[in-house]
Amino acid sequence: MGYTIAEKILLDHSNLKEISPGQFIDCNIDFIMVHEQLGGRIHKEYEKLGIDYVWDPDKIFFILDHWVPAPTISAAQMHQDCRKFAEKYKFIHNFGYQLDKGICHQVLPEMGFSRPGMLIVGSDSHTTTYGAFNNLATGIGATDVSVVFATGKLWFRVPESFKIIMSGEFNKGVMSKDFILTLIGNISTKGAIYKSLEFHGQGAKTLSIDGRMTVSNMVVEAGAKFGIFLPDKKLETWLAKRTKEPYKLITPDKESVYEKILEYNLSEITPVVAKPSNPGNLARIEEVEGIEIDQAFLGRCSNGRMEDLQIAAKIIKGNSVDPKTRLIIIPASKEIYKEALQEGLIEIFINAGAAVGNSTCGPCIGGHLGVLGSEEICISSTNRNFKGRMGHPTSEVYLASPATVAYSALKGKISDPREVL
Amino acid sequence: MLEKIDGFAYILGDDINTDDIVPSHTLTMRDTHEMAKCTLEFIDPHFAKNIDQGNIIIAGENFGTGSSREEAVNVFKVLGIKAIIAKSFARIYFRNLINLGIPGITVNWNEKTFSKGDNLEISLKEGLIFNKTKSSKLEFEKLPKFLTKILEDGGILNQLKKNLEN
Repeated sequence: MGYTIAEKILLDHSNLKEISPGQFIDCNIDFIMVHEQLGGRIHKEYEKLGIDYVWDPDKIFFILDHWVPAPTISAAQMHQDCRKFAEKYKFIHNFGYQLDKGICHQVLPEMGFSRPGMLIVGSDSHTTTYGAFNNLATGIGATDVSVVFATGKLWFRVPESFKIIMSGEFNKGVMSKDFILTLIGNISTKGAIYKSLEFHGQGAKTLSIDGRMTVSNMVVEAGAKFGIFLPDKKLETWLAKRTKEPYKLITPDKESVYEKILEYNLSEITPVVAKPSNPGNLARIEEVEGIEIDQAFLGRCSNGRMEDLQIAAKIIKGNSVDPKTRLIIIPASKEIYKEALQEGLIEIFINAGAAVGNSTCGPCIGGHLGVLGSEEICISSTNRNFKGRMGHPTSEVYLASPATVAYSALKGKISDPREVL
Repeated sequence: MLEKIDGFAYILGDDINTDDIVPSHTLTMRDTHEMAKCTLEFIDPHFAKNIDQGNIIIAGENFGTGSSREEAVNVFKVLGIKAIIAKSFARIYFRNLINLGIPGITVNWNEKTFSKGDNLEISLKEGLIFNKTKSSKLEFEKLPKFLTKILEDGGILNQLKKNLEN
């Protein structure tokens, strides 16, 4: 028998000679990301242990991104608690003061900390994003973070794996967001609980790194623990610009065993949305076209990258946002913001009437910079549309690709971007 | 922990997510008791007040889907929830439950199995839920030893503290 990617990397990080799905094992963690949760529950839990050190201050990445800059007194207090902790335990990668960096899942890979073969955990469910870089990465709670801070180890249940074989190529106006929403809708939000998803095939190679990050980001909405892409030239080129650290490319063994094999021809994927209030509530764009919107939001760790801003700019250039619709655009990091500035994208957005914000999670969690009022409808490139997620409990969120969000903002209603692309 | 757990059923549906349990606007609150007052507020505004009448949660599929926010377990702990029974749990939520020392029991059930307010007795050791109100029994797959050990130690931090001291 052979090993899947998840099995290979977990085995590599354990002291065992062999492992199999369902087994509980202890693994050594390579790197851990924490954000505002540090000032939420983590610092309180950690102090209970009564130790005055962390296992390795060089393997901890701390950034503030959810409420940045602080929109309320309570958020400001939380930030203070975070910074105190990071200083007390002498974190090396401490971005508690640099509010301009961006969203954790974008900044960490940009800085070269997400490399093939690694085992990374983070205090955020969308930590799965790093799987785009051929590693294992997953979200954990505050108590698990405390365990890693103290010992550098964590327990894992070895997951069963799904093999997703992708062929073909997207047609114009279709993006990786449409693919992942389709997958989640097909298998449901509980369809991959505790599973590791591996993305195979020529189709996967046609996706940009940006697009792969969107897919890995949202596997958690189907319940998955990991969402891993196989390595290729595109990945190595990306990494060469970001890091000089060595890494080990991981491919599954030929005889590896998968619980399920799913096949997708990307040329058959069409624009879709997830209707309120569940990311698995899939509908073809034709079923929801014409629904009037109050707000359109383009941003977040799911879709605030260059590929996303470029397609939005292509649609928006020379046009105006519908007069009764608010368009909010938030690049996922400062690096992206600068690149978008240099390419003239930000000017296109501002001229069309969009509000362009500093890089933060902001509206996605109903935090700030675009909270929804009662019964308002938003089309959003974010990853969750739970009841009350972006504001008032009677507001509604449709999840869609950046292209669909941008074109809908111009029309003031949910619209099919293939009309203009 | 492996002794019998006695309490009253509170019924919830499928896909109850972490935003339902602790809405985002509560996440920057420093006082966990204040936060706990808002538990499930969009689903049942009186949940936190009436906790004595339902301190064992019975839920459907995919309970705790969404964020890694451990507050979504901690508010139940603060309110005195003794156990959560669900048809299935979201991965991070299940870890957080066990890590904080609250038993999570995975078992299939239907509307005939439990009603709101039923008096239940759970034995983790035997893998059995006894519904005293309905005089019925429901077996479930016992938790693996690795996890019951964490529950017995009163959560993973207590376990770790013990190990660090030795």
